[in-house]
Amino acid sequence: MTDDAAPTTTTAWAGFTPGSWCDGIDVRDFIQRNYTPYEGDAAFLAGPTARTTGVWAKLSAMFPEERAKGVHDVDPHTPAGITAHGPGYIDADAELVVGLQTDAPLKRAIMPNGGWRMVAGALKTYGYPVDEDLEKVFTTYRKTHNQGVFDVYPPSVRAARSSHLITGLPDAYGRGRIIGDYRRVALYGVDRLIEAKRHDKLVLDTEPFSEKVAREREEHAEQLRALAELKEMAASYGHDISGPATTAREAVQWLYFGFLAAVKEQNGAAMSLGRTSTFLDVYLERDLRAGLLDESQAQELMDDFVIKLRIVRFLRTPEYDALFSGDPTWVTETIGGMGDDGRPLVTKNSFRMLQTLYNLGPAPEPNMTVFWSDRLPRGFKDFCARVSIDTSAVQYESDDEIRPAWGDDAGIACCVSPMAIGKQMQFFGARVNLAKALLYAINGGRDEVTGKQVSPAFPAVSPGLPLDYDDVRARFDRTMDWLAATYVEALNCIHWSHDKYAYERIEMALHDKDVLRTMACGIAGLAVAADSLSAVRYATVTPVFDERGVVVDYETEGDWPAYGNDDDRVDAIAVELVESFMAKVRSHPTYRDAVPTQSVLTITSNVVYGKATGNTPDGRRAGEPFSPGANPMNGRDTHGMLASALSVAKLPYGEAQDGISLTNTVVPAGLGRTRGEQVANLVGLLDASFGAGGYHMNVNVLVRETLTDAMEHPEKYPQLTIRVSGYAVNFVRLTREQQLDVLSRTFHGEL
Amino acid sequence: MTAGPATLDAPSACRRAGAGLRGIETVATADMERTERLALMRSGELGSVHSWELVTAVDGPGTRLTVFLNGCPLRCRYCHNPDTLAMKDGEPVLADELLARVGRYRGVFAATGGGLTLSGGEVLMQPAFAARVLRGAKELGVHTCLDTSGFLGANATDAMLADTDLVLLDIKAGDEETYRRTTGRSLAPTLRFGRRLAELGVKVWVRFVLVPGLTDDPRNVERVADHAAEIEAERPGTVERVEVLPFHQMARDKWAELGRTYELADTPPPTPAATEAVREVFRARGLTTY
Repeated sequence: MTDDAAPTTTTAWAGFTPGSWCDGIDVRDFIQRNYTPYEGDAAFLAGPTARTTGVWAKLSAMFPEERAKGVHDVDPHTPAGITAHGPGYIDADAELVVGLQTDAPLKRAIMPNGGWRMVAGALKTYGYPVDEDLEKVFTTYRKTHNQGVFDVYPPSVRAARSSHLITGLPDAYGRGRIIGDYRRVALYGVDRLIEAKRHDKLVLDTEPFSEKVAREREEHAEQLRALAELKEMAASYGHDISGPATTAREAVQWLYFGFLAAVKEQNGAAMSLGRTSTFLDVYLERDLRAGLLDESQAQELMDDFVIKLRIVRFLRTPEYDALFSGDPTWVTETIGGMGDDGRPLVTKNSFRMLQTLYNLGPAPEPNMTVFWSDRLPRGFKDFCARVSIDTSAVQYESDDEIRPAWGDDAGIACCVSPMAIGKQMQFFGARVNLAKALLYAINGGRDEVTGKQVSPAFPAVSPGLPLDYDDVRARFDRTMDWLAATYVEALNCIHWSHDKYAYERIEMALHDKDVLRTMACGIAGLAVAADSLSAVRYATVTPVFDERGVVVDYETEGDWPAYGNDDDRVDAIAVELVESFMAKVRSHPTYRDAVPTQSVLTITSNVVYGKATGNTPDGRRAGEPFSPGANPMNGRDTHGMLASALSVAKLPYGEAQDGISLTNTVVPAGLGRTRGEQVANLVGLLDASFGAGGYHMNVNVLVRETLTDAMEHPEKYPQLTIRVSGYAVNFVRLTREQQLDVLSRTFHGEL
Repeated sequence: MTAGPATLDAPSACRRAGAGLRGIETVATADMERTERLALMRSGELGSVHSWELVTAVDGPGTRLTVFLNGCPLRCRYCHNPDTLAMKDGEPVLADELLARVGRYRGVFAATGGGLTLSGGEVLMQPAFAARVLRGAKELGVHTCLDTSGFLGANATDAMLADTDLVLLDIKAGDEETYRRTTGRSLAPTLRFGRRLAELGVKVWVRFVLVPGLTDDPRNVERVADHAAEIEAERPGTVERVEVLPFHQMARDKWAELGRTYELADTPPPTPAATEAVREVFRARGLTTY
């Protein structure tokens, strides 16, 4: 099937309804004209075949060693690229979908374009030699992204960065959060994509020189090179992908090759897949109708595809893992949602994608993300809830917030960042520590830990007097002005350099010529900041100074409302902080005229940010973790899971268009007495939360005892999956500190 | 105290109990005469409320706004809400204020098949307030539920029960002696109330707390199950389900904080097998039991 001449579009597209997708690159139009909505239940699904179980078992046997060592293997000599490694297999005879990042499963590649120090540090950590020749190349002859950024950072950015006020910046690693439209490879074949990109480049060639035009011409040249390499890489596996896929199996394989090229070359913080299952359903349906496949074979294809997505690996340092623990790759797949025309985008293959969590067992990757709407078919809602209850591996995002903003062919990059597939990308900007910024406001710009002056100096609050809300809020405002300016400056530097030294050739080759760019800022510590301001406003908070004249603690008398109880008095403060910081970010010019957005998301870094932040006026002690994402502080949301979600739902999506993350853990008994009741109640909770304007919900259905037992006996729980802020992890791969943080969180419904 | 009209006790205004009432305005009654407060309570406009919560699957169907009222005539040895025993310890809350919150969650109730649950304490200590809130909830089209021991069932008027969709009836023991030992009160009013609910066509979920050494005597369990079956026999379909709730030690700290002696400090929770065996006793009588 593979060495024949490329099929013509007439055979590849036989049976498809034509439309504008035939004339230009338009995957959405193809989906809309050809997909079959499925309104039934999960009864049609098939279990794993012996082949699937065999391939997965072979890999699973390799995981314990990988977990123990941190990596299974590394190729320390070959800088990564689309064609850098020869073909690799798990079990060449059994695999239905082929292709690995390197020449062996779980073997990690080095990706030095982001920065050599990260590579060298990781190699040393895991006991691999640092190749001297390569070191010379990447420190002497070939400049990296990391060097580029530090050449242009001003001192204010360096100071804010080293004092942990601005953190997690992608200045030493790949920024990620760019989703190539990998479906284009299957639908059109690579030759057609090359032809379209050549045309785009010709258009650029006719425009007179400017820095913008030259940059885009160069980028298009790189994209064309990457597409040629993509074909070459596929050919090394015996597949000619110059033409469109003719069968479902080819469609999965072609699409996967596109994604594989991206993860072979880019160590992005998040390498998300997009919105592929309903697209693939069109091919699966065609083959099922033609009798070329039965349900078991259709499921088997998806299972094999997902096996590949589960073993994407990057070489990272322990410091990186402290921020984003559990080795996440954020191969996020967007499932479900509604179309603009009112038809659900749910297909049988939406079910099959989730069914892989049963057939292969739970796992954190791919990051299963359901776009929820109360208009989704009941059968699909029930199945999602059941999968959540059984696996805790699904996250939900509001289709009704995302679709009006970005259209009905949007997908999630990383955790909560929505973008129109193939038409939009983001400049990932990590986040600022808002809680620490509040302490700077109180201390006149001095760091509460080091005592150093970081932001421009102004007088600290007066000793001996309780804090005055209006005064503190005004100081905070002034500090946030400076913070927003410094932050946007940092991001402009980073992305200017990243485009120059670590450009995502293949991902951008699978985008339109003109893309919408967002400058994705973010905030951490929102709950701490809101609660602290609530304490200042509603109770009496007196600052405690140390001998350096720095406020290091607070004495609080009286009661104050805490964020997370659907109490407007404090929730309004949280809302106002989100709005106000966004407005400040918007006031600054951005690199490539990117549209400023922000997220309320921490991933697992809430632990690290907490560690770097002193005592706060809400009574949180120095070093204690923040709550993750937009979550209320642990234990302060005392009025139930939904009341907590309703507080978070008040944060306006329009002022946080990069997403607002909420993680909830509920014990099974907290959902109902029977499985049927649990499913119905979880569906109800999701409908209620999103109906109230909620944006995101991670749902864990777990009892505390399982987690404590897993801490003591990790070997018993290799696949125990838990959702943390915006992604899922193997619980046993978290650091002990993070495991304890997860355990300290509210388990709703616990008696 | 008998099962007659409840004695009202006005809550003191200065005390702010924990985080229980976030988001609900409490009334500044400091300037109000005690007699004035009591008058408001008698008319049902003012209640003594401990806290509210949005809960799923524990206080009736769906996701519910459960409101805990203060004051209880029983002194259950295993009480898990000892901070709701005294009416004076509650917060003064106007019925209209509470109903505003009920209205706010209409969307939640519709999405989840939930509603309002009045719990306690003992709801029927404040029958006028409860009746007024239930009426208001029905006017908002909200499903209503009463969580009660039934000891003060006589306080519930037929009109109030007409506004009640479901009663969670806690039968704490099966015979007078065990009931008295467990609660300090008499069982008979609860059984009368159960029969009355069946006559009026109000649906019932029977609850029974299984406490080792206190309520787990097989004869006691059999009697409780008999009582549940009798209510069901009165009008088939009345007892929609029975919930056997295993005793837990989560309230131990609350008792300590209140400076009260907790006699069950060393009582272990029943084993899952023992709990399941008790459920079988109910199931043997044809009752759906969890």
